[in-house]
Amino acid sequence: MTAATDRPQSAAKTESSDLILSALGMSMVFGGLVALNNVDLSIERDSITALIGPNGSGKTTFFNCVTGIYKPTRGDVILYPAIDLPSISLKGKPADVITHQGLARTFQNIRLFNNLTVLENVLIGRHTRMKAGLWGALTRNKKTRQEEAEAIEFSFELLVTYGLDSMANELAKNLPYGDQRRLEIVRALATEPKVLLLDEPAAGLNISETSALRDLISNIRENEKVSILLIEHDMSLVMTVSKKIYVFDYGRLIAQGPPDEIQRDPKVIKAYLGED
Amino acid sequence: MTYFLDLFMSGLTRGSIYALIALGYTMVYGIIALINFAHGEIYMIGAFTALLASLVLSSLGLTGWGLLFSVAAIAAIYSAMYGWTVERIAYRPLRGASRLAPLISAIGMSFFLQNYVQLAQTPNFMLFPDLIPQMPFLKPVAGYLNRTQVMILLFTIVSMVALTFYIKYTKMGMAMRAVAQDITMARLSGVNIDRVISTTFIIGSVLAALGGVLIGCSMRQIYFHMGFLAGMKAFTAAVLGGIGSIPGAVIGALILGFAESFAAGYISSSYRDVVAFIILIIILIFRPEGIMGQAQTQKV
Amino acid sequence: MSSNFTASNIGRLVWSEIKPALLATFWICLLAFPLMTLSINPTNQTYSFSMARIPYLAGGTFALSIIWRFFLKRRSFQVITKAVHQSEGLPEDLTKGPKPTWLTVVMGSKYRRQGLIVLLALMVVLPFISNPYSVNVLITCLIYVTLGLGLNVVVGVSGLLNLGYIAFYAIGAYTYALLNHYFGLSFWICLPLGGLTATLMGLLLGFPVIRLSGDYLAIVTLSFGEITRLVLNNLNITNGPRGISYIKPPGFFGLDLNGAPKDFLVNYLGVDPGMDVFKVFIYFIILALVILTIVCVFRLENSRLGRAWLAMREDEVACQAMGINRTRAKLTAFALGSTWAGLAGVVFASQITFINPASFSFLGSILILSIVVLGGMGSIPGVILGAIVITALPEQLRFFSQYRMLLFGALMVLMMVFRPEGLIKSTRVVHMHTLKNGNGNKTKLEALTGAPPERASSPPAASQSPGQANSQANGQANGLANGLAKPPQGPTGESS
Repeated sequence: MTAATDRPQSAAKTESSDLILSALGMSMVFGGLVALNNVDLSIERDSITALIGPNGSGKTTFFNCVTGIYKPTRGDVILYPAIDLPSISLKGKPADVITHQGLARTFQNIRLFNNLTVLENVLIGRHTRMKAGLWGALTRNKKTRQEEAEAIEFSFELLVTYGLDSMANELAKNLPYGDQRRLEIVRALATEPKVLLLDEPAAGLNISETSALRDLISNIRENEKVSILLIEHDMSLVMTVSKKIYVFDYGRLIAQGPPDEIQRDPKVIKAYLGED
Repeated sequence: MTYFLDLFMSGLTRGSIYALIALGYTMVYGIIALINFAHGEIYMIGAFTALLASLVLSSLGLTGWGLLFSVAAIAAIYSAMYGWTVERIAYRPLRGASRLAPLISAIGMSFFLQNYVQLAQTPNFMLFPDLIPQMPFLKPVAGYLNRTQVMILLFTIVSMVALTFYIKYTKMGMAMRAVAQDITMARLSGVNIDRVISTTFIIGSVLAALGGVLIGCSMRQIYFHMGFLAGMKAFTAAVLGGIGSIPGAVIGALILGFAESFAAGYISSSYRDVVAFIILIIILIFRPEGIMGQAQTQKV
Repeated sequence: MSSNFTASNIGRLVWSEIKPALLATFWICLLAFPLMTLSINPTNQTYSFSMARIPYLAGGTFALSIIWRFFLKRRSFQVITKAVHQSEGLPEDLTKGPKPTWLTVVMGSKYRRQGLIVLLALMVVLPFISNPYSVNVLITCLIYVTLGLGLNVVVGVSGLLNLGYIAFYAIGAYTYALLNHYFGLSFWICLPLGGLTATLMGLLLGFPVIRLSGDYLAIVTLSFGEITRLVLNNLNITNGPRGISYIKPPGFFGLDLNGAPKDFLVNYLGVDPGMDVFKVFIYFIILALVILTIVCVFRLENSRLGRAWLAMREDEVACQAMGINRTRAKLTAFALGSTWAGLAGVVFASQITFINPASFSFLGSILILSIVVLGGMGSIPGVILGAIVITALPEQLRFFSQYRMLLFGALMVLMMVFRPEGLIKSTRVVHMHTLKNGNGNKTKLEALTGAPPERASSPPAASQSPGQANSQANGQANGLANGLAKPPQGPTGESS
């Protein structure tokens, strides 16, 4: 194959110990438009990594490629589930399999199951960790009932932890905007992800809600043993929570590094403010 | 060879009528992404109005070309009124509703109109008068081409050309293209969406009504249920050509017309409709964007 | 203030309502003018003119127009209020749980069990106190309940618009008819076979269409329905449009119910049932099938699989991102929905003992769809009510028969515009979460599935530890200020 697919192998060997996920040589072409151009990105285990860039720089496309919503034109995604476990290539896998492997995401424009209850939204997140099939559903045997009860308990615990339990039986569409954002994150957490991908979680939130979100993200990091990849425009949020920042512009990776470096990087400043 | 030519001509005329109806489907779908199930009924109403108008006008002494054109005009106007009303009642209140709602409403509307005509005009087959005047100049090609076929082709070609010009060169045509591209942006740029949608329904209905008049002249009988099958086939044609694309609808309709005509001629006439439906299923499964359409990526 | 209510103001107000209604009336009369006033004499191609129907039409339109405008206004008012609530972050108190509807009140009452038993007893006694005609109507009605519930799985729960559902009904009916006709197989063997054949056909149709959704799916299924009918119409083995007659009714352990048992009743007990005994038997078969269907559909809806269907209906992309295999969810929904149509088809064939392709036209699909739409998509009691309204009522009210189809069409439009959720809105099962305080500190989580709603209506906060409830109350009171923050002490730390 091409050079782009050869490179990941070597990279995987050298860095696998402290990484949880690495995307290597990701490219996505729509018709003639190159939305992503040979992007490499890695997430360290148990860290918060941020992905920033001007609108249309390919951040959400990157998310869609990694989570299997789009099939990337080229490139590979490798998950290192645990230090002593073999790595898994997620290349070309469908979205549901990728979620099962341990990647969960939220959407830029909230995509809740609007006409279902808050609890059911979270229960659907449990889907991939449950087993009951058609037979179990129809007979409702002991195993199924037990699994169901466990799932409900698990979901309620999550709702209690993140303060949504009082609305558990309300339809998701009736929730205020801020709670809807929070529910989407909780729903993603219900899949017990290893990596949580948040697509602009602060979009549409006011200052106090954003600061609450900052606490929420740090809490998740501590409580749930997940690594977080965050797309965000709110610089104060990005700079305070993230350990490492990647910057995209026109589908390319133009800079990476810790927040203080990124803030001073002339290429980043240029991408955001233009020339001069 | 004459058998082949017969089948070819019948396919061509059949396809032309499908094209007239298919344009209504494709335009409406292009603009509001709705399968207007009631469109076939508009065509049926066009045929019925034409029948009634022809009886009244000929009893008043109108004959020949004058009769044909006034009947066609009345059918077109009435169908346009129906099309506009259907949109106002069944679709406009549902803008922004869930995906299934307008579809179900459309099916309900189609069903309503069918039964309305059945109640008003009995469920019987109605004899349709021969409205197309004699054309002496067709004598030399009498074996291959009759006046009905000439009329159908003529009507179809003229309507296509007129429609193309309308879409390309008028302000409303430009607004239509804009709405088809991006309804939100078009609204923000000051396009009156409601008006564009109404106009689309009116144009589609006029074309369908012409199809109704022509099918009446060609088949010489009409009945209340004729819209369902014709509508289904026209929709097939629109999908085949790439729904939303105007030239696509015409090409799709002609392909479908030929396919049906040859299948009926060489296989069995009882499987003619099956052929159309199988084509539809195959196209939707393997190339849902149709011949002229473009594949679209879902926006997430 | 009083000046607002002067005679001229009221007059203007009334006129502002009446004027558009008058215009609409005029417009509809204009539209209906040629079609409703001219009738054709087919023998000599002349027409006659009569205005007789116009006054009725005008009156009806005027009344309808007033009602239409009233409901439309009410609807837009509701939309606005809700939008305001959402953006201001001041919705009705969400902690109280969903508002009780008359259904949850009935189903949650203390006497629910007794009520169901009485209802069941009534259903059992019903055929014995009614005439043969009514029994037939009852059977038809129950067949449509089964069909409606089956289609509800596909359309209401999974959001896949299937317009060819009648084809699976036909497949079930023909499975029985053919197997009985050619091989003499009995009803009881054919009942599962009919269901199975329909399931397999559902899978067969499902495989190619899994990529499609929405409109295209509707059209493909519609085509499938038409192809099935046309094929049945053209095959020799199905006897074409003449159909198959003398289909054997079900026997009772091999006993022909119309032979010896009826003779026994008439000759020895002196009771003449006045109808075919097997009809009553079929009634019980279909009643059992309906009960089985209700149980199955309810269990499915509240299972892992059912939630996958609901998620797929709500958002196809998000459902995949939650780890749901969309292909599998679609296929199971399609195939399972078809199973019930197949089962109902077998019962139908045994009920009327004669079937032909004309019984399975597109109209049938529309009929079943309108049951689901009218009753309430995704709502089991709704679908049952819908089936009763659409099949049994027109039989009782002769007036309807002529306008029945017209009304169905109008009903579908009106329901979509004003009450898309149907007569009985589907309600989700309420799960309660009780924190039992064992020794003050340790909290135990317990979730009750399908808790009776009278417990649901009590605020969950009451059953929580006081600290928890307080932090929630504060969260509400401060608006969204700490809305996103995690409450200081979550119980997760201890329990996990």
